[in-house]
Amino acid sequence: MFEFCADPETLDTFRWFACYLTTGKHIGMYWSVLTVLALLAITAPAALFFGFAGASAARSHVSPVSWLGKAYIAVVRGVPDIAFFLFFVIALDQMFEYLRHKVKCPDWTEPIRQGNDFIVCDAAKLPLGSSPQWVHETYGFFLAVLTFAIVFGAFTANVLFGAMRAVPRAQIETAEAYGMSRRQAFWRVLVPQMWVYALPGLGNLWMILIKATPLLFLLGVEDIVYWAKDLGETKHARFTDYPHGDWRIWYFLALLVFYLTFTWISEKVINRLTKRLSHGQATLGGDAQRKVTA
Amino acid sequence: MKKLILTTAALALSAGLAIAASHGATVRLGTEGAYAPWNFINDNGEVDGFERELGDELCKRAELTCEWVTNEWDSIIPNLVSGNYDAIIAGMSITDERDEVIDFTQAYTPPDPSSYLATSADVDVESAVIAAQAATIQAAFIAEQGWTLVEFATPEETVAAVRNGEADAVLADKAYLEPFAGQDGLVMLERSEMIGGGVGMGLRESDGELRAKFDAAIQSMKDDGTLNTLIAKWEVASTW
Repeated sequence: MFEFCADPETLDTFRWFACYLTTGKHIGMYWSVLTVLALLAITAPAALFFGFAGASAARSHVSPVSWLGKAYIAVVRGVPDIAFFLFFVIALDQMFEYLRHKVKCPDWTEPIRQGNDFIVCDAAKLPLGSSPQWVHETYGFFLAVLTFAIVFGAFTANVLFGAMRAVPRAQIETAEAYGMSRRQAFWRVLVPQMWVYALPGLGNLWMILIKATPLLFLLGVEDIVYWAKDLGETKHARFTDYPHGDWRIWYFLALLVFYLTFTWISEKVINRLTKRLSHGQATLGGDAQRKVTA
Repeated sequence: MKKLILTTAALALSAGLAIAASHGATVRLGTEGAYAPWNFINDNGEVDGFERELGDELCKRAELTCEWVTNEWDSIIPNLVSGNYDAIIAGMSITDERDEVIDFTQAYTPPDPSSYLATSADVDVESAVIAAQAATIQAAFIAEQGWTLVEFATPEETVAAVRNGEADAVLADKAYLEPFAGQDGLVMLERSEMIGGGVGMGLRESDGELRAKFDAAIQSMKDDGTLNTLIAKWEVASTW
């Protein structure tokens, strides 16, 4: 990175650290912070979407749709995360490959399962064996997003389902009295009002999602915890220009600061959101705001 | 829900079609990246070590384009079997248990004894607490002997366990432990254990063709002595 980094052994402490903290490996760690943030930024709305769909389905008047929604909420919430991440992702990946295999190689005669091996024709591989590493990494990342969205979507669905039922019945009655259809009452009265009831639960889920990101490494995505562990490990002079002992504690302290800062900021944002959403609502929070302005 | 999954599947399908145009035989090599000098991640964040050089040379001789991937040790075999990469080259000893699940090339390093690194030279391993990396021949060996074993996910943690007194000694590959000896009062024990059948590359059982290519490449490196030079350079094992 810097010119004086050519011979680290001769450097004073400050310069040594300047060089050490800008090695390619450390840059990898800084990138992984962005990976985690990107994952959160994409997963949160996706999970919200899954949750909204699940909750709407669960309260549908068409029985099969309602069963589907309720089954999704119950099953996904009941399976341990780690089992879900280990099993589901491999199954998801194999399902995609199986579908592609059926489409692309119709005249393939060999069985797809040979003992322990899962074999599909080369053209059906996802991503293709010949595609560069970044394609593999991006594919892994999106598998991760999809899995996170499905898992957290189920919890979100339950929160939203409860929130929809928490909106006072009188509000819907009034809507009906004005001659709104079920659909109109849902979109114009229920949905705008339910968020304030959903927010504490959603805030909780957001915090849990932040903490769950190290599960990424199970999916082969190199996240900050992976890098912290690797960088903190003892490095011998034979294998690196920057030998050091077991520094894992310092790297994990940095992680602690990162996660705590992040949750602290999140809490601030959630509090502000609650205030905003309470505005004019028939809740205790909304009432309190009315009294202050009155 | 269902529609969503189908849409995603369709998206994934079409995305795949787009990349299908570029075709060629790339072999993906999976390694752990945390077992110096065998394999580790260097300062630039790339895979480095004995197996990096060996793998690159083997691919050159077998006329393959190779790409390096890192994977956690625990799930390194399941990910090979489900096709996330095509070969394991991660200091993996050839054992019967592993051979039932995957196939091995011929060994590229001869069977070597595993060594103990302990807090003091007079630790009696038979009554002591021994640390080893999970799912390794060393862990299997200690469990078989009926001694007290504590397992860890990474090699680094096994050494850390000895350093902070959680275990009395760690059993691992000599080349891995040697750099730690003499630091923090850690010493190598005289005693060593002859376990394992040499280190080879792991491949899927259905991938006989690729195995034959790597086998031939390893043989040619053995024949012209370059393999011995490489082993000596990285000091990973005894030579052939």
